[in-house]
Amino acid sequence: MRLINRYPDKGTARLLAAIPFAIVLAVYLIASAIRLAGNPDDKLLPGLAQMASAVQEMAFTQDPATGDYLMLDDTLASLERLLAGLGISVAISFIVGIAVGMIPYLRKMLVPFIAAFSMVPPLAILPILFIIVGIGETSKVVLIVIGTAPFMIRDLIMRVEEIPKAQMIKAQTLGASTWAIALRVVVPQMLPRLIDSLRLSLGPAWIYLISAEAIAAQEGLGYRIFLVRRYFSMDIIIPYVLWITLLAFAFDVALRLLQRFAFPWFAGAKTL
Amino acid sequence: MSTIEAKDVWQIYDGRVVLEKINISINEGSFVSIVGPSGCGKTTFLRMLMSEETPSRGTITLDGKPLPAEPTSDRGVVFQRYSVFPHLTVLENVMLPLELAASPLLSRLFGARRRATRDAARTMLEHVGLHAAASFYPAQLSGGMQQRLALAQALMAKPRVLLLDEPFSALDPGTRADIHVLTKRLWEETKMTIVMVTHDISEAFRLGTRVIVFERLNPDDPAHGARMTHDLSVRPRLKDKKVLA
Repeated sequence: MRLINRYPDKGTARLLAAIPFAIVLAVYLIASAIRLAGNPDDKLLPGLAQMASAVQEMAFTQDPATGDYLMLDDTLASLERLLAGLGISVAISFIVGIAVGMIPYLRKMLVPFIAAFSMVPPLAILPILFIIVGIGETSKVVLIVIGTAPFMIRDLIMRVEEIPKAQMIKAQTLGASTWAIALRVVVPQMLPRLIDSLRLSLGPAWIYLISAEAIAAQEGLGYRIFLVRRYFSMDIIIPYVLWITLLAFAFDVALRLLQRFAFPWFAGAKTL
Repeated sequence: MSTIEAKDVWQIYDGRVVLEKINISINEGSFVSIVGPSGCGKTTFLRMLMSEETPSRGTITLDGKPLPAEPTSDRGVVFQRYSVFPHLTVLENVMLPLELAASPLLSRLFGARRRATRDAARTMLEHVGLHAAASFYPAQLSGGMQQRLALAQALMAKPRVLLLDEPFSALDPGTRADIHVLTKRLWEETKMTIVMVTHDISEAFRLGTRVIVFERLNPDDPAHGARMTHDLSVRPRLKDKKVLA
């Protein structure tokens, strides 16, 4: 049979998915073992034991002075900023995106502006944010909003415009006002698409979060990574990076599940 | 008595004449089929009737008054596709027109009024044979069921005129015959005025009380558009159901 027609069964599929992970892990462990064999104090490629003891220290040991768990505090601080930023982004983009997508006057007025604004590199205006709102929490949250909202707004405007014209006319012939069309036709159909948009924005949101934390913060996952970099603490950095990746992945899966269960019509409607 | 009156209607896009000198008066309660080859402007004419487009010249009146500049609930419509809302179940699709009419602020009803609306919607679904599919989403329905749903939904708004834009063109012949019977029955029961655009001539004659043909006499001349070339009166066939069976 042709290669394009051959499909792996479930068990083989799992095995195939595990292979790249196993290869990366194996390559790392071998390289680490070689370096550690040459110099037991090597910090560049720490082994599993070193990383485990670092995690033990960071995640499961109370700080004697403050009674806190560092990794937990870092995680909570970062998640708070991330969720605040994304929450504001979602709210703004949902309202603006639907209004602009539906109303031609708003479209003519705001689409060029949003297009221009979305070209501003968010990190380039981080200094402006620091100057205006200080280096506290606000600047980090605002950076995430500025970094993700324009994309989500533009995405949503396009999704609203994709609603078939026949559907909009149909709604009007059933007696719906602009407000009623927004409420009963557009908003319910945009909610699952907003989740898609949010999933795509998760990556950029993490970039802006880590960047802002790296530059100015007292706690947070990004702050910690850049802090311990000064001591070449790869045994802390690598577990932190894995942890951030795991968090981002978990968000993505959660959003996908939410979409599937909250909007059962959505998968079928794509092909309608 | 005529419901719709088109007087010297022209439609011109960027100097290209699509329709010219269309004069039609449509009687209350009639079923008018408009046929013609693709590109003859029949759909353009229907779009003007639903106020999706305005004529370049001429006037169209409904009950003696000029048509409103936007679609309104006095003219219902069923398109070939995208006629129902994918995010609403069959039942919710049929309830929607009543909710829109009764609740301008939230477009939703609660308690006893919601129950009454739901009962009315269920009755309509039973009428078009969709009661068993009430909790399905449109994507789970066959093409014929979707169009039956679209008819039911349009009828719930109780329009003065129902406009059908190639509503059955995407259906297979068997399904199409079934839905013809249903359409005819609904038309006879509601005494509604129906204007249907189709490229299927046998469908036009089977359903219509009157068949109008649009044709471009000079297809390559942009200065001339399609005209009404035939206007045939068809006696409604009352025994249609038995013939098909």
